Amino acid sequence: MNLFQAINNSLDLALSSDPTAIIFGEDVAFGGVFRCTVGLQEKHGKSRVFNTPLCEQGIAGFGIGAATAGATAIAEIQFADYILPAFDQICNEAAKYRYRSGGLYDCGSLTIRAPCSAVGHGALYHSQSPEAFFAHCPGLKVVVPRGPIKAKGLLLSCIRDKNPCLFFEPKILYRSAVEQVPVKEYTMPLSKADILVEGDDITLVGWGTQVHVLREVCQLAKDQLNVSCELIDLVTILPWDKETIAQVDLPVCLLTVLPFIYLFISLSKYLKSVKKTGRLLIAHEAPLTSGFGAEIAASIQHDCFLNLEAPIERVTGFDTPFPHMFEPFYMPDKWRCFEAVKKLVNY
Amino acid sequence: MLPIRLACYGLRSVTANCKRINIGSLSQITREFSSDERPQFPGSRSQWTEKLEFIRPDLYDGIPVYRVMDRKGKVIDPSQDPQLPQEMVIKMYKCMTQLNTMDRILYESQRQGRISFYMTNYGEEGTHIGSAAALDPKDLIFGQYREAGTLMWRGFTLDQFMNQCYGNMDDGGKGKQMPVHYGSKELNFVTISSPLGTQMPQAVGAAYSYKRAQNGLCVMCYFGEGTSSEGDAHAALNFSATLDCPVIFFCRNNGYAISTPSKEQYRGDGIAGRGPAYGMLTIRVDGNDVFAVYNATSKARQVALNEMRPVLIEAMTYRIGHHSTSDDSTAYRSVDEVRYWDERDHPISRLRNYMLSKGWWGDAQEKEWKEDCKRQVMTAFARAEKKLKPNWKEIFTDVYHEMPSHITEQLKQMEEHVQKYAEHYPLKNFSKD
Repeated sequence: MNLFQAINNSLDLALSSDPTAIIFGEDVAFGGVFRCTVGLQEKHGKSRVFNTPLCEQGIAGFGIGAATAGATAIAEIQFADYILPAFDQICNEAAKYRYRSGGLYDCGSLTIRAPCSAVGHGALYHSQSPEAFFAHCPGLKVVVPRGPIKAKGLLLSCIRDKNPCLFFEPKILYRSAVEQVPVKEYTMPLSKADILVEGDDITLVGWGTQVHVLREVCQLAKDQLNVSCELIDLVTILPWDKETIAQVDLPVCLLTVLPFIYLFISLSKYLKSVKKTGRLLIAHEAPLTSGFGAEIAASIQHDCFLNLEAPIERVTGFDTPFPHMFEPFYMPDKWRCFEAVKKLVNY
Repeated sequence: MLPIRLACYGLRSVTANCKRINIGSLSQITREFSSDERPQFPGSRSQWTEKLEFIRPDLYDGIPVYRVMDRKGKVIDPSQDPQLPQEMVIKMYKCMTQLNTMDRILYESQRQGRISFYMTNYGEEGTHIGSAAALDPKDLIFGQYREAGTLMWRGFTLDQFMNQCYGNMDDGGKGKQMPVHYGSKELNFVTISSPLGTQMPQAVGAAYSYKRAQNGLCVMCYFGEGTSSEGDAHAALNFSATLDCPVIFFCRNNGYAISTPSKEQYRGDGIAGRGPAYGMLTIRVDGNDVFAVYNATSKARQVALNEMRPVLIEAMTYRIGHHSTSDDSTAYRSVDEVRYWDERDHPISRLRNYMLSKGWWGDAQEKEWKEDCKRQVMTAFARAEKKLKPNWKEIFTDVYHEMPSHITEQLKQMEEHVQKYAEHYPLKNFSKD
């Protein structure tokens, strides 16, 4: 299955297993502009899979209300670039529903899906990766799949999760990412990063499309620099799996009072990534300033300060809107990432 | 033949999976497409005209205001008197007056620094009680912030109101929000949030859920005329109509959005004027007439549920009090204007006159109730004030359904800090549990 087929399958399973589940948004009835909802209205009926008027703030608000009143509400925003009108509903309302009501009310059964990231020609308004805006909003969960197998399981997890979830689907992967996706129903854990390649010299962190770019960087680094990279897909942006990136449960006092024991431990294979490699590269398409890489960098330098052999590097989109003709220059491509690996290894 | 072939092509190019679409028999299409009688646009097939004429909104009189009683509380057309039982009418009166009394005490308490903030409901009690009385207690209410009377009608106790305003350990909201942000799961009143209008599309979604659940319930959505300018209001009205949701939109048009008078809020025929544009059943009522409000809401509920469609009620009223304790309305309106409404067109006086005319109330009862009411409010007040605030660690609860590790980490860090610097934090006011 490719990515949109896997998502379609996941949605189908959600609707089949939960009679309260509904899917709505612009153009979802005929199958959606990316075919993610093909066949669903036919199979599950017009009252469960339906078009809404063209209004993102309405879609989000409607979803929140439906969830509050007992439905499993799966909303689609046509492009992540257009999720901004819904920002108030998502961040001021959905994220805070449980907190502000003292737990009396919640919209945990709300999931909002949106295609995101670069597609080759999307320019300013069909290429955005807005995960950082929402990462700053306590109460939400933000998830980005890297392929069909992960997407099917993660989406089902989001739909069943008891918190409002945002599921950003890298649109370039809809057709290009093809995997042997298990036909049965399965979920995958949220807030758990995946170590895709084990390595010793440097940790590479990314999500969505960027994971595939970083995989190529791992190979390049091995071939040209004899450098062993550890590749991690963050998977969930909020709440994010800091432990896998850098072990945090080692008590601080132990580190300062018993440095030789710490040294022994740091050489041990049990230790999590950056404490093991001492070098971290984060890559994302979203612009540099206040991109989610900034959060990872700040947290890791705090928790792994003494382990770092080099500053934490971020290879990202530039601090500009996403340009049309210049996309090949804008993207955090494998050559920019490779160059960063070189710099860090030779620091 | 040509037009039909083109039509087929157009349809096919739109579907993702190239399914054949049944576009009706050939003769039917030929008839429709060649007809000169009506426009054929998918967006509108109304009528043709060869006159260049713009619609002049100022030439329309405006939707009339439905009422049952005159300003003095005398029923005008007896057929419109809902003939509610004495017990119910007295409950309505007591509810409105208790709300009024509670408002006075809590407004004053803010002035004295006992609570941080308050909003009164002066002049709008009729809109709350008249509408709440016409609903099923299980109908879900989404409010804005000036609908405390609906909660009072449903049985929210004085203690519960005050616990929330004081943010003490018995507040259902666990001390998280400013005063008047009430919520009750038991009484089907969704917790109030400060952003205006956000409740409106949510009410529509909830109504859709209820429709699917076939539970015989509707959703009630309150909002002010100022809020109706928000984008969410437009979204809600449009969604409710296109998705056939059993929701009643109840606009409290009280003439002001803080200092902004309604003539600066809209140029058209108020909020009711917009209803038909959305394809919605609409009525405008005298919000200070409890029976008019009751009748309209009653009927609206019937229609919403029997026909599975939204209804818009615009209740005209007047905000006698300031916007909130942070506002002094003498800065933008005259004391005379306010006095007019307080003395000449008040929902409480009008209902009292009705009760007097029926022989259901008198001076002795008024005096007794006034004292009883005040006593109840004062004792609840004293109780709420004495209680501790919730444990400060509640800061970290309910962000998510389960507490994630990064929040636990922050809680632990703050625990250590508070232990070390205990004397600098007002711990004695907060519960230890």
